[in-house]
Amino acid sequence: MLRPYAAARRHLSIADKLYELNWGLVLLIAIIASIGIAMLYSVAGGSWSPWASSQAIKLVLGFFMMIVVAMVDIRVWMNIAYPFYAASLLLLLGVELMGMAHLGAQRWITLGPLELQPSEPMKIALILALAKFMHGQSVEDISKPLRLMVPLAMIAMPAALVAMQPNLGTTIILVLDGCSLLFLAGLSWWWIAPVITGVAAAIPVAWRFVLHDYQKARVMTFMNPESDALGAGWNITQAKIAVGSGGAAGKGFLQGTQSRLNFLPEKQTDFIITNFAEEFGFVGCIALLILFGTVIGYGVQTAIQARSQFGRLVAMGITLNFFFYIMINGMMVMGLIPVVGIPMPLISYGGTALLAVMFGFGILLSVHIHRQVEIPRHSTGII
Amino acid sequence: MPLFDRKDKSRYNTFTRRALVMTGAMGGVLAVLGGRFYQLQIMKGDEYRIDAENNRISQRFVFPPRGRIIDRFGVELATNRRNYRVVIVAEQASEGVEAALDAVSKIIEIDPLRREKILHDISQNKRFAQVPIAENLTWEEFARINQHLPYLPGVQPDVGETRAYPFGDEMSHLLGYVAQASQKDQENDPDPLLAQPGFRVGKRGIERQFDGQMRGDAGRSRVEVNAYGRVIRELANIPGKPGQDVWLTIDCQLQRYAEERLAGESAACVVMDASNGDVLALVSTPGYDPNHFNVGISNAVWQDLLHNDHKPLMNKVLSGAYPPGSTFKTAMVIAAMENGLGDLQCNCTGSMTLGNHEFHCWAWKKGGHGGVDIHRALAVSCDIFFYEVARRLGIDKIEAVARGLGLGAPTGIEMPGEVNGCMPSAAWKLARYGVPWQQGDSLSAGIGQGYVLTTPIQLAQMVARIASGKALTPRLVHQVGNVVQPRVIPADLPFSPEAMEAVRKGMQAVCEPGGTANAWRITEPGMEMAGKTGTAQVRVITKAERQSGVKTDAQLPFNLRDNGLFVGFAPVENPRYACACIVEHNAAPHPQVAATRDILRFAQQRDPVKMPVAYPIRAAQNRTDGEGT
Repeated sequence: MLRPYAAARRHLSIADKLYELNWGLVLLIAIIASIGIAMLYSVAGGSWSPWASSQAIKLVLGFFMMIVVAMVDIRVWMNIAYPFYAASLLLLLGVELMGMAHLGAQRWITLGPLELQPSEPMKIALILALAKFMHGQSVEDISKPLRLMVPLAMIAMPAALVAMQPNLGTTIILVLDGCSLLFLAGLSWWWIAPVITGVAAAIPVAWRFVLHDYQKARVMTFMNPESDALGAGWNITQAKIAVGSGGAAGKGFLQGTQSRLNFLPEKQTDFIITNFAEEFGFVGCIALLILFGTVIGYGVQTAIQARSQFGRLVAMGITLNFFFYIMINGMMVMGLIPVVGIPMPLISYGGTALLAVMFGFGILLSVHIHRQVEIPRHSTGII
Repeated sequence: MPLFDRKDKSRYNTFTRRALVMTGAMGGVLAVLGGRFYQLQIMKGDEYRIDAENNRISQRFVFPPRGRIIDRFGVELATNRRNYRVVIVAEQASEGVEAALDAVSKIIEIDPLRREKILHDISQNKRFAQVPIAENLTWEEFARINQHLPYLPGVQPDVGETRAYPFGDEMSHLLGYVAQASQKDQENDPDPLLAQPGFRVGKRGIERQFDGQMRGDAGRSRVEVNAYGRVIRELANIPGKPGQDVWLTIDCQLQRYAEERLAGESAACVVMDASNGDVLALVSTPGYDPNHFNVGISNAVWQDLLHNDHKPLMNKVLSGAYPPGSTFKTAMVIAAMENGLGDLQCNCTGSMTLGNHEFHCWAWKKGGHGGVDIHRALAVSCDIFFYEVARRLGIDKIEAVARGLGLGAPTGIEMPGEVNGCMPSAAWKLARYGVPWQQGDSLSAGIGQGYVLTTPIQLAQMVARIASGKALTPRLVHQVGNVVQPRVIPADLPFSPEAMEAVRKGMQAVCEPGGTANAWRITEPGMEMAGKTGTAQVRVITKAERQSGVKTDAQLPFNLRDNGLFVGFAPVENPRYACACIVEHNAAPHPQVAATRDILRFAQQRDPVKMPVAYPIRAAQNRTDGEGT
């Protein structure tokens, strides 16, 4: 609830906004991110280099950016949603065109000293753009076939570009984010039910024509890790060993052997949670899940409390985006789903991903601060 | 709420409802993750903890030094020397194993067969196992490899130990050799050392017989390794136990002399201490160089060994079963004496007829030996006399005596590969061939032909028993590590002193004027030998051939020529050395007799049984005596 004197005001001062900031969520994010830094320190064998120090700097930058983003009025975000989306899409396209020159996957774009992974801001841009579009639609309008084409195209374009990189993990996240927003916006069950059926039917077709050989191999290996015990199956087996060997209480900080001795590939990125599980055990893992759950709880609370449909969709979209990362990475490292390169948010090493997550939280915090702001359905969002 | 119309309200409610549904779903997924953590960490935690340890800890074997083989005077017959070698770790060969081998073969030679074997070994082993690619390098080669090491990823220098046989192919049959354990060896022996590339096990002779004791226990170095097998640190070092030395009763000098004396022949020779059965020399020629087997023998050398008509791979002392020929007549003399035929007189005309078959004496063309008694029969080796003895006794009485002398049964010498030979009986023939025993069979057996087959070690045992009057058995190993091998106190032979005296006197006469070995007698006073010659046919001479004239050995292919045998002991009074010798397919000028004469003379001049031995523990008896006083 806004302070009584502030509630009456249409515009909030910086002080008001700082007061209204969801400090609980900020604290939680700081705690989880600190665990991430500690893990990067641990997998380097108890060393700040090469990952922990660099990640810490990005984290400080990220926090600053998050607070700034949170201060910005929600309607400003609504205003720039489409341009932001368009810019992100152009960047993705640029990567794709540049990628033509190279062989294999091209996921980065180099802007001066910065290496940017355009698929990361794309997720936030997609959420903002979809939320803005659906803010203007009534429940009935959403389900009209012609209108539905717009959000579907908005999802399909970046998803297709990312899939061509190829980056299956991010493609899945984009589609999940987009579909969740459609669902939340009130898409009719008459659409949802057949689509689910259709997707199920399309899986064999995708297997045959869409998936790359290495992706198929991952799935096959997942089904039977022993079939390639020293190749792709190695990751799955070793990750399970790392998690399982942590036991109830874990081996203790810096005492994990699996990742330190390089039994795990990508130990500092996608598989970092296995090091946490090994060192802090079941107790640590449940505590981490509770921290993640609390973050998600704050996100849902923000979404439900917000007065504008844009704010609600954005808050829920960002929360779900965060959740999908945890879900896919967690299931992947514990051998519940095949390996698709998805990092653990706030914990895995990686600058762009971290900044994108912090940027998302900034917008979530902005929704929270501006939860009382009402935006008419036909408004363009301009203040 | 003026800005909210009804549509907004319904949209709001829908959103809230669906957001709560999704929140429930998210909670569900987090619960699934929590459940999975529970499953992996609590339910299967112990299992995965073991897996993680197995991952992390690698057990490396430190090969124990193999026990030496030492003769009675402390001369090392088989020992270990430093082996400069190069190994490869497939995991660390960043440019591939093939490329690494190419690079190494530019520095030292690797022949194509060896290369194939290396690649095979690599495919059979863990990625981080050390597979030897070149062994027994010279210091210079080793230094060159070390110098190029920075450009040879995956290649590591290593100093190990290798088996060395200082006397090369001398004693090869006695000592045997070591080689990499075969698949079958590994199935029969659970020792994990056998599966280690580069580890060698005893394959023949003493090396095989005492492999377990000489092998020792592996040292284990428990090291923490990373995923690439690189050692991070050592966790524990469990020292191994070196293998035990094996002290033989062999006299290296005598052995070498005998080998030299028989070089070039396909022969076997055993010298025993006639007082206690200690084997002083055990020779089978030709031999092979066991040092070759150590590193892996080349195909050309192997094929040569395999197809040589002198059978260099066969230990003829234990695995060769030969008709004993006339040397068997020593047993016949005892059999005759024991069965009251001591006074038998025969007139040898050169042949005798049994049924419709004619049996010839070896001297038949000269018109025979004339009148012979038991003493002269042995000296001149008259076949007719022993035909008559055999005809009168029948095979079963002969068999009883022959068995008493140890023929037709393994002697139990401490070496692998000993064959039975054959000492037939009436029942044996019926069981084996389903045909009853014929008197003619007895006659053939009486002169050591027909079904009778003995091994040189059995003949040596026989002559040692005749010389000593005791049921001696050959003993080759005095001591293994700190354990003195038990010595069986031999019983007296179950034959009358008169019978033993008769055979010894007869054997003495063999080496005296008129005897078949007179030309090769030892002339040094006090060193005279007694013995018995033998020439054994290895083919059947047909009636037709006999009529057209028996072919001489020179007319026959090598492997159809007669075998020459000799058993003897010396000195005649209080015999100390017993010897049996066979030269395959070369009987004509009796090279086996000459060799035995020289060997027995050399033995007496050197007199190893009277020299102080170098055994660390002389005998268990001495120790208890010492404690008693």
